[in-house]
Amino acid sequence: MVEIIISVFLVFMVIGALIALETTDLLSSVISIGAVGFALSICFLLVGAPDIAITQMVVEVLSLVILIRATIRHDLTTIDGDRDFFGLMATLALIFALLLLGLPAFLSLPPFGTPAMSQMMESPARHYLSGGLRETGAANIVASVILDYRAYDTLGEATVLFTSILGALAILRVYSRKKKS
Amino acid sequence: MIYAMCFILFLIGLYGATCKKNIVKIILGLVVMEYAVNLFLVLQGWRKNGQAPILDGRTNLEEFAARAVDPVPQALVLTSIVIGLGILSLMVAIAIRLYERYGTFDVTEMKRLKG
Repeated sequence: MVEIIISVFLVFMVIGALIALETTDLLSSVISIGAVGFALSICFLLVGAPDIAITQMVVEVLSLVILIRATIRHDLTTIDGDRDFFGLMATLALIFALLLLGLPAFLSLPPFGTPAMSQMMESPARHYLSGGLRETGAANIVASVILDYRAYDTLGEATVLFTSILGALAILRVYSRKKKS
Repeated sequence: MIYAMCFILFLIGLYGATCKKNIVKIILGLVVMEYAVNLFLVLQGWRKNGQAPILDGRTNLEEFAARAVDPVPQALVLTSIVIGLGILSLMVAIAIRLYERYGTFDVTEMKRLKG
């Protein structure tokens, strides 16, 4: 049942992504990406990941604000056409070849509904699930993984986020440019 | 089946990132690729008739470990989503600067490499 609902949402996301990439108005393409992101959030909710669903919702709203800031004040928002014809055809052929070559790889994965931890007795996920409450005291196992078992990952994430925001501010600041001229 | 559709969504994002001239469309293609990869990784951890890996007061631990979905991909994707926001803000900042310098979002017009 969950598989069918997720398939419907994935078809919706594929259509939304195609509209976002093919429409000429930039504002409507940004809003289509927003629709894709919210469908993704519902998919996360369906596969038992409420933390990711909430985070995806917040991040989606923030990224919509950022993207609309990038597009709305510029009058030249419609650029028609793709790259030149031969290059476009070559790229599409390569993407199609990638699709044909990549699809057999998905057959070697375990089928949908059987995670890798159900086949390995000593997987860390089992350890987290059975001992997470006793060892960390957190009722939410995802929170115990990101804040206790793998806290160094979260430290690195905070570092990357800080660095990227610092880079964006350094690119967008205006006062040092005035001094030069 | 579902994995293949995630792969198709990824390829649509790849098409947007490689074939489009508008720099905002390229950014949107990268965002679509990120969505597809995040969804694929979370779907890897789904267990049939599973429940979210959150304990409440009444759950038995043995039964919980046998029924809950895999928490490790969820934790890593949570990291990945937040990093995606940082990358997006950096890309949009560069796009705004490029627009101010060249007066267009068209990447084929951006030819002057000298500052």
